[in-house]
Amino acid sequence: MIYLPYAVVAWLFLIGLYGIISSRHLIHLTVCLSVVQSSTYVLLLSIGYRRGAGAPIFADVPPGTPAVDPVVQALTLTDIVVGATVMALLLALATQIQKRRGHLDPHHLRPMRG
Amino acid sequence: MTINTLPPFPVIVPFTVAALLMAGGKRLPRRVIDALTITTTTVVVLLCALLLARSLDAPFVYWFGGWQPRDGIVLGIDFVIDPVGGALALLAALLVLAGFVYSWRYFNEVGPLYPALMLTFLGAMAGFALTGDLFNLFVFFELMSVAAYALTATKIEEEESLMGAFNFAVSNSVGSFLVLVGIALIYGRTGALNLAQVGAALQGRPADGLVIAAWVLIASGFSVKAALVPFHFWLADAHAVAPTPVCVLFSGVMVELGLYAVLRVYWTAFAGTLAVHEDGLRIMLFVAGTLSAILGAVLCFAQRHLKRLLAFSTISHMGLFLIGAACFTADGLAGAGVYVLAHGFVKGGLFLCAGIVLNRFGSVDENRLRGRGRFLGWVNVLFAAGGLALSGMPPFGTCSGKALIEDAAERLGHGWVSVIFLVCSALTGGAVLRAAASLFLGWGHDLNKEAHTPKHEQKETDEKYQRAPLVMLAPVAALLLLALGVGLWPALLNEARRAAAGFQDPVRYASLVLSSRPPAVVSAPQEPPPHGYLMGAASALGAAALALLALFRHRLPHALRRLGRAGKPLLSALHAVHSGHVGDYVVWIVAGVAVLGGFCAVLATRG
Repeated sequence: MIYLPYAVVAWLFLIGLYGIISSRHLIHLTVCLSVVQSSTYVLLLSIGYRRGAGAPIFADVPPGTPAVDPVVQALTLTDIVVGATVMALLLALATQIQKRRGHLDPHHLRPMRG
Repeated sequence: MTINTLPPFPVIVPFTVAALLMAGGKRLPRRVIDALTITTTTVVVLLCALLLARSLDAPFVYWFGGWQPRDGIVLGIDFVIDPVGGALALLAALLVLAGFVYSWRYFNEVGPLYPALMLTFLGAMAGFALTGDLFNLFVFFELMSVAAYALTATKIEEEESLMGAFNFAVSNSVGSFLVLVGIALIYGRTGALNLAQVGAALQGRPADGLVIAAWVLIASGFSVKAALVPFHFWLADAHAVAPTPVCVLFSGVMVELGLYAVLRVYWTAFAGTLAVHEDGLRIMLFVAGTLSAILGAVLCFAQRHLKRLLAFSTISHMGLFLIGAACFTADGLAGAGVYVLAHGFVKGGLFLCAGIVLNRFGSVDENRLRGRGRFLGWVNVLFAAGGLALSGMPPFGTCSGKALIEDAAERLGHGWVSVIFLVCSALTGGAVLRAAASLFLGWGHDLNKEAHTPKHEQKETDEKYQRAPLVMLAPVAALLLLALGVGLWPALLNEARRAAAGFQDPVRYASLVLSSRPPAVVSAPQEPPPHGYLMGAASALGAAALALLALFRHRLPHALRRLGRAGKPLLSALHAVHSGHVGDYVVWIVAGVAVLGGFCAVLATRG
């Protein structure tokens, strides 16, 4: 078992969260969110990885040829689609906020309080 | 076509109509779209009711594409129709239906986008409630979240809507990534995504670090959706700005589904390995539930913006539901289930009333509107009745749900739970009653001139109406009647107990899914119905007393008023914590995960 991919996962997740927490710009914040999400791609793919195994395409190979886990690859694809939707929506919201307020600093943009 | 092939349709039907609306809806006249959406939702209501009725006889499994499991190995994806999931799907469909009927006179220029998003939201919630697969759960979770973010920002001209939606989207996305990492870890350990198979793989083994980590991540991720302290910050921001029918869905069923997911995953997948730590988990969940209940109730009572007031009351009630579920007994969970149903109906009705006020006056600020609601006719009565129902007045369903939970907790030696329930339901109900009295009767006196709420919010209709139109009042009345029905239907409590006992049996769930053997019928615990009417009446009285106290506090003797002012620094500290800055919210989420993880790690190492 190699620990490096898991270290990368933890690093990406935490640095992305740090970016969201400290962000002063909503576009930057959205990108940080996608960094957090990238960590889930790495995690899923490294869980399914087998040393020396090929892609999970079973045409033209003798039965029993080792392949990496196709399930996590399907999950990663779904995850990417989900991520794209969320990012698109957040960026659209950010564009609208920019239009109304002329800036995107979350410290000066607050929802209703009280 | 038999009923066994119906399970996918509550998801397929709304999705298909939503897609058709997006493709060709621009060319359809408004009334055709309205009629289409209402018909579709009615069909979904009927489908969910059929599924629920069938699952009360015996829960059943639907395998997509007929991919049945072979020798205990799951090959496909399944929907598991049990009474808990079925009832939640039905609740979602009923609330969407109420929202659509209410919207008949609503949003003059909505086009097909709003109904299409609502239908997507409905389909995702139904799928979320019925699925038996972990990754499917995540996908439906994301789908309902994305629809919810977009719906929150419907009033795109208002900055507050945009910021509320942004905060909502970022915090919930962080929650969903936590869930996904947890799912990935548990897949790495068990090689399974089906809840039953994960449960079978973990059954009876001691929980090691990886399993604990996966559980903590999944539980805290779904808790973000469930708006439990300290994951709750997004809720008030989103509720304050979302269109009224959307608020109904958020408060009435969406956050409850977050809690449902935590419980579903626990009882199917993790109970076999974590059950030995039940006592420790119970204490932790009791603490989280109590914190949510008290914090939500206090902030609710301190609010004057009607929608935010109702939003904080939802946080408080989520805490109460969690306390019920954390009893880890069938009675506790049954109580929480009945309470969720009744609360969903009551809260939905209250939000719709708030929406009528917003449309009439362009504001939902209690102080600004003092006395101006006199002419709204039946809205006054319905709103006040909703306040009493929220406080748990018998015979509303809120009362029987509360009573079941209090009973269950007392049997475990946690009698203090009754006090929490009394105080929190009196505070939340009292806040609504106070708002009703000041809005509709003009009682009270404005002591606090500083206003945080915007002067004028965008109305959701253009029409000027003196009295509320019938299509807006009818759904409110129907929802309150349903809440009454939940309390008055005697068979419901026993059915809920039976459903809860089945929900909490991982072995039975596994045999249902993996070997499709019809599981043994769970015998209902034979106990007399709880005598909670007294507590319910007490909390309703308490709510009325608190409302009067708040309205006429300027008449109190000076010494007493000074006593009341002592709480002010605490309250402003609480307000300061709810900063509206999404970075702060994420800090709280991280802190919550850390505390939960630390606690579970201690539990596991102590054995």
